[in-house]
Amino acid sequence: MTETIDFFSGFGANDLWFLAEAALRTLWISILSIAAGTVLGALCGWLIYEGKIWATLTLTPVLDIFRSVPLIIQLVLFYNFAPIVGLNLDPFASGVVILTIYTAALVANVARGGIEAVGRPMRRAARSLGMSYWQDMRYVVLPIGGRAIFPSWIGVALGVMKDSALVSVLGYVELLKASQILITRTQEPFLILSIAGAFYFALSFPISRYAAKLEERWAQ
Amino acid sequence: MFDYNFHWRPVMKSLPDLLEAGLLTLQVATLSMIIGIVIGLLLALSRMKKTGPAYWLATAWVELARNTPALFQLFFFGFGIGAFGIHLSPFAIVLAGLSFNCAGYLAENFRGGFQAIPDTQLRAARSLGMTAWQAHTRIIIPQVFRLVYHPITNQMVWAVLMSSLGMLVGFRELSGETQFFASRTFRIFEYFAVTAVIYYAIVKIVLGASRLLAMRLFRY
Repeated sequence: MTETIDFFSGFGANDLWFLAEAALRTLWISILSIAAGTVLGALCGWLIYEGKIWATLTLTPVLDIFRSVPLIIQLVLFYNFAPIVGLNLDPFASGVVILTIYTAALVANVARGGIEAVGRPMRRAARSLGMSYWQDMRYVVLPIGGRAIFPSWIGVALGVMKDSALVSVLGYVELLKASQILITRTQEPFLILSIAGAFYFALSFPISRYAAKLEERWAQ
Repeated sequence: MFDYNFHWRPVMKSLPDLLEAGLLTLQVATLSMIIGIVIGLLLALSRMKKTGPAYWLATAWVELARNTPALFQLFFFGFGIGAFGIHLSPFAIVLAGLSFNCAGYLAENFRGGFQAIPDTQLRAARSLGMTAWQAHTRIIIPQVFRLVYHPITNQMVWAVLMSSLGMLVGFRELSGETQFFASRTFRIFEYFAVTAVIYYAIVKIVLGASRLLAMRLFRY
């Protein structure tokens, strides 16, 4: 029986490095999509807030779709749809596109709430001091509204970081996919999954704690 | 650009099967929510006493559930605990993973709900001659329930969306069934497009039902 066991090699230091590299890829795809998605989402939130009727009628339902369909379905759908219209995207690019739109759909709601959090009187006061619309946006709405929604934005960002694990279905080797590859070879699922979980936890826990602290402090 | 021929007929032929799988999705989501609410309540109560092993256990559960990807949790129940010789059926894997996740998220909502009700209410109820049980079931719980109703609805929607991960552990709910048909016919895009529509419908039905129920429950 020993021959068959030799076929699988145990978990070694190299594999830890392999997992760490995969964790960096998770981080990279998350940062990219969160950054792009936040910009896009803030733009959408602003458009919806400004309430030009066509923006509300078109944008709101579209963003709603991205929030009501499982991310995994969106990923598979887009990955198979892109070649139909002549785009040849690799798993990474497809993942970034969908994660970006998904982030934007979530951030749009948050951003709109942020603009609403700045009271009308405050905005009027800013305008009556002679600020232009954009000055009002930049020096009044951004600092006050941004502060109000910062904790929920962190929540969205962490959610997207965790959901980036789903890009593994397209074959992109991020943390969870890497752990699956190692499990197939080493046959040590418990150990390897624990390490992968610890990586995610180490990325997410401090930030969520920090956000909770901020929220507590700002609530006073 | 469009040299792809859409074939919807096979999808339409298997539509009854997909709808049936949609019911299974709804079923596993509902079951996991029921389990999640019960465990979440216990976790919230254990976390409100700031000491003891129950507090640490509950805190570990909540933080693990909230700071690791749902897919990771599913894999853990899928083959992580297989290392100890425990092998669950795909249905049990999804149910355990979703319940674990829902309980963690709901616990925090419940804790916030309980903390929002001032202590004085309990004392006032007691001084009116109510027993502790009466005070809780008639004064505290109804108010907490009203506060956590909306978060529970949101979590239910998440449970429906998360159950789609079942397809990665071999569970044939809506996504798993779709993948099964798609890989048999190679009509991946068509199948997943229809499935996306079904998910959207399920989410809207859940939200609508929740709103109707809220109108009935919170009439005054």
